Amino acid sequence: MALSRKAKDNLIRNLFFLTALSSIVALALIMVYLFVEGLPIFKVVSVTDFLFGHLWYPTSDPPAFGVFPLIMASLAVTALSSAIAIPLGVMTAIYLAEIASRKTRDIFKPIVELLAALPSVVIGFFGMVVVAPYLQETFDLATGLNLFNAAIMLAFMSVPTICSVSEDAIYSVPRELKEASLALGATHFETIAKVVLPASLSGISTAVMLGMSRAIGETMVVLMVAGGAAIIPTSIFSPVRPMPSSIAAEMAEAAFRGNHYHALFAIGIVLFLFTLAFNLVASHVAEKHKQVGAATL
Amino acid sequence: MNANAITHAGLARRHRTQKLMWGVFGLSSLINMAALVLICGFLLIKGLPAISWSFLTEMPRDSMTAGGILPCILGTIYLSLGTMCVAFPLGVASAVYLNEYARPGRTLRLIRLGINNLAGVPSVVFGLFGLAFFVTFFGLGVSLLSGILTLSILVLPVIIGTAEEALKSVPQTYREASLGLGATKWQTIRLVVLPAAMPGMLTGAILGLSRVAGETAAIMFTAAVFFTPYLPTHLNDSVMALPYHIYVLATAGTDIDKTRPLQYGTALVLIILVLGMNLGAILYRAKLQKKR
Repeated sequence: MALSRKAKDNLIRNLFFLTALSSIVALALIMVYLFVEGLPIFKVVSVTDFLFGHLWYPTSDPPAFGVFPLIMASLAVTALSSAIAIPLGVMTAIYLAEIASRKTRDIFKPIVELLAALPSVVIGFFGMVVVAPYLQETFDLATGLNLFNAAIMLAFMSVPTICSVSEDAIYSVPRELKEASLALGATHFETIAKVVLPASLSGISTAVMLGMSRAIGETMVVLMVAGGAAIIPTSIFSPVRPMPSSIAAEMAEAAFRGNHYHALFAIGIVLFLFTLAFNLVASHVAEKHKQVGAATL
Repeated sequence: MNANAITHAGLARRHRTQKLMWGVFGLSSLINMAALVLICGFLLIKGLPAISWSFLTEMPRDSMTAGGILPCILGTIYLSLGTMCVAFPLGVASAVYLNEYARPGRTLRLIRLGINNLAGVPSVVFGLFGLAFFVTFFGLGVSLLSGILTLSILVLPVIIGTAEEALKSVPQTYREASLGLGATKWQTIRLVVLPAAMPGMLTGAILGLSRVAGETAAIMFTAAVFFTPYLPTHLNDSVMALPYHIYVLATAGTDIDKTRPLQYGTALVLIILVLGMNLGAILYRAKLQKKR
């Protein structure tokens, strides 16, 4: 029995629809399995002791599962790297979108893309063999593998994200706005600072949130250059152990479905929730303050 | 008097400010370029002496302190190509739904939210998921197949994004002409839209391929091992991979300083592979845009 053309077309449409759902299904499965493997740890420690405990000694006897130092390390690394990456990324975006000639842009844009494509393990390796000895010598430190090193390396991983998303936002500022400002006698720079940037602020905020989400979840760089000490950072040169590096470094030695294993999945939950929050805020900002013509300003 | 009033001195000052800021903006772009050149240049200088034909085609020897990296190269190629076999059809089909069939509304917003958030999940979390789901729940073990499936989910948003771009760039008139000739929607998509969008989609596939080739955290619990004496022949085999090999040699190898040349060599092979694919995709895309 042959299907009618219409029935066949409907069937195919539904097949495509089911495939399109695969991303949501994957996201849901990720959440489910993180919780299935992570929640059992809370039979051993309470949620507050887990989140705010200051000691992370998962292999001692008795073990201590306090991830506060890891959370603080992640936040510190992310904050410091953002402090470097946000100005660098936004200024590069302004340069590419507003100032550079077409020819210059054709050279710089691929460079930013290639920077984004560098594997994180290579950046981490570079931080280990080049930046760490340099920092150690210049600042006379016990180790060059520390928060500062990790922050610099992470900054170069989030700059491309921040740059390309901000650039799109700056591009989408309506021409009329810029022309009006220029016609009133403002210089090009004044127009950028007082018209273009405020008009693209929501897009730039999205860029910043995405960049921070990339930095907080990045694993190999912090695993290789952050130093690995599970202590609350006291200076920018403290060796630290952010959440992703704890998971990556300890999973191999954790007994299958032991407390340590469950604790590492629970760290995964915390990390996942952090990045989810960053991304939801980013898409919320992008959705709510979408620039639609000059009228929405 | 207002400092910004239009006087000659005021105007000159404002233009000086502009010049200064142009310099600052240009400098920040140069810093990015410098970072890329520095990293690549350093690895090129340090890694080139380590690379030889035997480095690329031999097995590691003497507990990985000598010999080549053939199993890592093969492992990375198998992982990346395998991932594309799974992720490319899934991603393209998702993009076709989003761009050709879906109407604005709640379902579409939900799907987009899912894709955006999937793109933001840290790679180590993909690793955890792969460990819990593919390795343990499905009992696939630490294997090529577990790695491929984990990486497929990781790279899916990239493929969907680029495939959608490609579909968007197909002129609406193509579709109208085909539908006007009496073709069904599916015939239009299969015979008109997809062929026109294919070059753009392949660019996306190459970008996805390079992303997968450099991925470490997602495979360290699912597919990669320190060392295996055999080349992978089966989807159930665990594999060695370039990124993981660099990490292992640089942090946990038997003699970290002695194997430095091997580390530089491996890192160089990896970035040549990854940046080469990217550069190819960028140039190809530029050519496509010129044609349009």
